[in-house]
Amino acid sequence: MPTKPAGTLYRGREGMWSWVGHRITGVVIFFFLLVHVLDTSLVRVSPEAYTAVIGAYKNPLMALGETGLVAAIIFHAFNGLRVIAIDFWKKGAKYQRQMLWIVLALWLVTFAGFAIRHLSLALGGH
Amino acid sequence: MTTIETPRSGKIGSGKVAPKYNRSGSSRGNFEMIAWLFMRLSGIVLVVLIFGHLFVNLLVGEGIHAIDFGFVAGKWADPFWQFWDLAMLWLAMLHGTNGVRTIINDYAEKDSTRFWLKMVLYAATLVIIILGTLVIFTFNPCPVVDGVQLPGGFCPAP
Repeated sequence: MPTKPAGTLYRGREGMWSWVGHRITGVVIFFFLLVHVLDTSLVRVSPEAYTAVIGAYKNPLMALGETGLVAAIIFHAFNGLRVIAIDFWKKGAKYQRQMLWIVLALWLVTFAGFAIRHLSLALGGH
Repeated sequence: MTTIETPRSGKIGSGKVAPKYNRSGSSRGNFEMIAWLFMRLSGIVLVVLIFGHLFVNLLVGEGIHAIDFGFVAGKWADPFWQFWDLAMLWLAMLHGTNGVRTIINDYAEKDSTRFWLKMVLYAATLVIIILGTLVIFTFNPCPVVDGVQLPGGFCPAP
């Protein structure tokens, strides 16, 4: 008697976890985008409304939130380029694992650069 | 005679079965292929647009402290940034909507659940794209209500 589905070929390790990370960061970015268009649309309501709401973003908690969001964006961007390489480069699938480590290295460097600059601006004295 | 094993099902007699696809097929032509291709093409463009957006808005000068009404007005006085932001809005919304559509298709198993989640998604997408586009093109750096300038506007010196 058949019991449960067999495992697929695509389970575990770098391939699956990068896919999970891509999905989660994608959803996070999408919901931020909806809010971001709405808050920017306040420029059409009045200058004061926009500046007031943007002013509410300028606190340490939001600075950390922005930094987290940008961490997600950088991963999604670099891993997306890796997905394109897997699909279009003939050796892409063979080197997908190595490319993930390149993605993570680039992510670390880019994110560190962003975080240092943004947090020192946002948290530092003005 | 050699028995050929079913892919992904393990040994015959192991009690495992291949995952069964039990949704009705659709006749949407090559829509899914176009969507797949769009994700990759828009993705490349979005990397440039969004990295540029983050760099100019958060890392240059005094960064986030500079962002206020005047900052937006200054950018949208230039058709270059209007087009940049318009392209970013459309590509990011369509890219994100297609991504969430894929996720809904993957995880919502009931036909009606899947249908309604996607309707909510498409409605939200439509509202955001139309709203954002109108805002970019009808933006007024110096809004006047009943002949009186609103405070905080970006008005030329009289």
